[in-house]
Amino acid sequence: MNVLLKTLTFSLALTLLFTFVTYLLPQVKGEAPVEKNVDLGSLTMEDFIALGDDIFHNKGTCTLCHKPAPLGRAPDIEGENMVALAEERLADDRYNGEARDGEAYIRESMVDPGRYVVAGWGKKGSNDSESPMPHVDKPPIQLSPMEIDAVIAWLQSKDGNVVTVVLPDPEVAVEVASAASDGGDAGKVPAPAATAEEALARYACVSCHALDSRNVLVGPGLVDVGARLDKDELRQSILDPNADVAEGFPPAMPPDFASKMTVKELEMIIEYLAEKKG
Amino acid sequence: MKQKKFSHAGGLFFRMLRLFVMLLFAGVSLPSLAVADDGAVNTQERIAPVAEVRLQGQPPVEMVAAPAQKKAQVVEPEAAPQPSRKDYPNVGISSRAIVWVLAQMHLFFGALVLAVPLFVLMIELVGVFTGDDRYDDMAHEFMKISLTGFSITAIFGGSLALALFMLYPDFMGYMMHVFGAQVLVYALMFFFESFFLYVYYYGWNAFRYGNLKWVHLTLGLLLNASGLTIMLLANSWATFMMAPSGVNEVGAVVGNVWEIMKGPLWNPINLHRFIANIGFGGAVVGAYAAFKFLSTGDPAKRAHYDWMGYTSNFIAILAFLPLPFAGYWLMAEIYAYSQQMGITAMGGILAWLFIVQAVLIGTILLAGNFYLWSGMSRTDGSERYKGLIKIIAFVLVVSFLIWVTPHTLILSAAEISLLGGSHHHILGPLGIMPAKNIAVNLMLIATFLSFQLYRRSDKVATVGWAPLGNALLIGVYVAAVANIVFLGVYFGYFTNTVYKVGSSVAQVGTTLVVIVFGLVIDSLMFRNARVLSSHWGRIPDRSQYALFALPIAFTWLMALMGYVRSSVKTHWHVYTVMKDNSPDNFIPTIGYAGNMITLVTILFLLCVLFMFWVANLSGSRQAKPEPVVGGVA
Ligand code: HEC
Ligand code: HEM
Repeated sequence: MNVLLKTLTFSLALTLLFTFVTYLLPQVKGEAPVEKNVDLGSLTMEDFIALGDDIFHNKGTCTLCHKPAPLGRAPDIEGENMVALAEERLADDRYNGEARDGEAYIRESMVDPGRYVVAGWGKKGSNDSESPMPHVDKPPIQLSPMEIDAVIAWLQSKDGNVVTVVLPDPEVAVEVASAASDGGDAGKVPAPAATAEEALARYACVSCHALDSRNVLVGPGLVDVGARLDKDELRQSILDPNADVAEGFPPAMPPDFASKMTVKELEMIIEYLAEKKG
Repeated sequence: MKQKKFSHAGGLFFRMLRLFVMLLFAGVSLPSLAVADDGAVNTQERIAPVAEVRLQGQPPVEMVAAPAQKKAQVVEPEAAPQPSRKDYPNVGISSRAIVWVLAQMHLFFGALVLAVPLFVLMIELVGVFTGDDRYDDMAHEFMKISLTGFSITAIFGGSLALALFMLYPDFMGYMMHVFGAQVLVYALMFFFESFFLYVYYYGWNAFRYGNLKWVHLTLGLLLNASGLTIMLLANSWATFMMAPSGVNEVGAVVGNVWEIMKGPLWNPINLHRFIANIGFGGAVVGAYAAFKFLSTGDPAKRAHYDWMGYTSNFIAILAFLPLPFAGYWLMAEIYAYSQQMGITAMGGILAWLFIVQAVLIGTILLAGNFYLWSGMSRTDGSERYKGLIKIIAFVLVVSFLIWVTPHTLILSAAEISLLGGSHHHILGPLGIMPAKNIAVNLMLIATFLSFQLYRRSDKVATVGWAPLGNALLIGVYVAAVANIVFLGVYFGYFTNTVYKVGSSVAQVGTTLVVIVFGLVIDSLMFRNARVLSSHWGRIPDRSQYALFALPIAFTWLMALMGYVRSSVKTHWHVYTVMKDNSPDNFIPTIGYAGNMITLVTILFLLCVLFMFWVANLSGSRQAKPEPVVGGVA
């Protein structure tokens, strides 16, 4: 009996010692991502950026790899200016992806990382031809297109760069969600326009407005609009066209550019129109 | 058409079988059946019209519309189900905790009863070849003490299946759907195993000599074959959950059972578990021997149990030595499969627990070495090595301390602040992988050296080239240690590659060379050696505690690594295919895991005590009460 007692005590003590070691270590829980309900109706760009910040550090598990130098297993995109980096990547001879601007590059890095592998960070033995980075739109990370946009918005804004992603529009978001569940590429938001002309074409402004005359199509000609309106008025007539309808015109201008255009596109269009003084 | 019908009937047959198995293992809840069912029959086939009916002048009815619509709903019939939180039954206590305890207990005993017949067969063979009956008796005794383990395994296995089907019906439905008839093979193997087990054990003395002995050995082989098959099948479930293969990205089955089983992690886990189980089994039966040794004063019994304890320790340590390499292979395959998963294990919050793993492995190494050193008192020739042992002990302790030094394991800002800085100035350089690799390899070499000294301690070489052989051996040890340190330092601190693992392969190679070389030289050198007297049973009592430390550390280690294996999947039942939406889909803190592991370790301890107690019952016989004369006193 004595032996039993002694050996049992010894065994228990050892077990508890091991348990004690686990108490010495940091007690961190690995939370599973929770579904967040984002109210798209009242979402501001600030919220959107904060959402991206949160996704980057939690649900996206990006910081598992993207950490500062001695600890990181991937470029420290949080510490560096990702927008500037993106420009460098695009200018690199090795770049053979389809992105034309920074935002598209970041998105491409996330959904199709193999397109361009940052030198030194490729899969072991692949000589930087394969990326170890997971496709973030696929399991296990599985970000929705909107969440990817949010991360991009955060990556752009954290270093004071212009945020070029568009805020999700409630209706568009629904479409995107259902398209995404089909697994295709349909859910991808197209890359924003690079020039004012491109933007004017994309939003079909030219189908109602003549740009090089005063001729009225559906709306007024815009050749001298820069002389008639200052930049703030221009902005208002694009973002909230029905607030002040020019006399004699039906309220035909689409009211939802605010949620479709990127900030950059809007600014480009305004700059462009402000120069049109007749 | 005929063929279709036939295959349909075949499907029905399998579904009936599946149903049978599910009922066999558990009182299944109906919803899980429905899930398991869905995949087998194509909806379109069932509702397809006999002939086409069409209005005059109208275009034909679009038949494709239906499936397309089906596709729009996320859940396709064959895809993995995506249950929501309310689909998980709530029984008041954490479902995960219940399954955790049952699964771990099942695994402990499964490992034990898998391993024991393996080395029992080996020992039996040794007995046959040496003609020494002691081996045969010891093998028989090992079988005896683990016999109840089979029933305990089955009881926990049944409870585990029941708990899983009740608490995770959708998940289990999916697993049954994926593995289908494979679970039948598992059940069948279980019957085979029981059959061979009982014949092997109870037939021991009946088939003891001559040709019948070979019949007995064959039974042992078949017992092991069915046991190993069981392990391989069960491993495939675990590895499928980590790295699913044979299914597409939504979990629909696209391959056959073989493709499903043969995932990227299957073989690494098979090897690692196989080796670990042997070590574990050896450690547990060692505790039995130690207990018996301590409980008796009879010199003959003490000699017997000392020898039995020595053999068990020998098995445990021998199996243990290659384990880290199998472990690294497993980890490398995990990285290759998904870097994300690898980093979750080694660089995320789970990384801390490799410190605990290091503590446990250190305990195992120190206990094993301590036992070997204590055992030298059995022989008269061991005085020669006393000095060396001090050095070995020193190397072991220093290497161990380097090994447990944390460094690159930091995940979050919170943790960094907990540590007070991202890494320690002084300890930092010791905490990185190359330093740890040096430490691990040195520890293994030191342990092997202990072992080699122990083997030599009762012999004096008589071959003429003995001094040369010794010099050669010393040279090999020195060169190996120098090489390991050099590789680690050079690659670790003076090259600038992202992946420093290249050097570790060379280091491991060096360690293996030492082991092989040591074994070869000794076997040649001690041929016809003069054997000094050695006295079984002449060992201090305190040495026996090493034989308790070993199984406790092994048990804890197994439970700990099981927790890692399960947790690297994060919030997935089946990684990337079936999400875990249960309330327990988070990775618990390491302290909580520690509590759970302690709980299962203690439970295991109690069950093992029970098992030993039952084994002893069979050997004891109550004295017949003296007939009482003259009525009740
Ligand atoms: C398993 C590790 C891992 C995870 C998790 C991970 N990444 Fe990466 N990522 C990498 C590696 C490695 C590279 C560099 C190789 C390459 O260019 O593809 C990279 C590259 C990138 C780049 C391009 C950087 C550049 O300098 O061009 C971006 C942007 C990026 N990741 C964003 C993310 C975001 C956002 C997440 C989280 C949703 C994430 N990554 C999660 C490993 C990871
Ligand atoms: C001396 C070294 C080691 C020992 C003694 C050891 C022991 C064990 C044991 C006993 C198990 C449980 C086996 C079972 O389930 O039957 C296990 C599992 C595991 N080990 Fe190791 N191991 C060692 C090294 C490593 C290393 C170096 C790694 C990785 C870096 C590793 C990773 C794992 C993992 C992920 C599992 C879980 C798999 C499972 O549960 O089966 N091991 N180990």
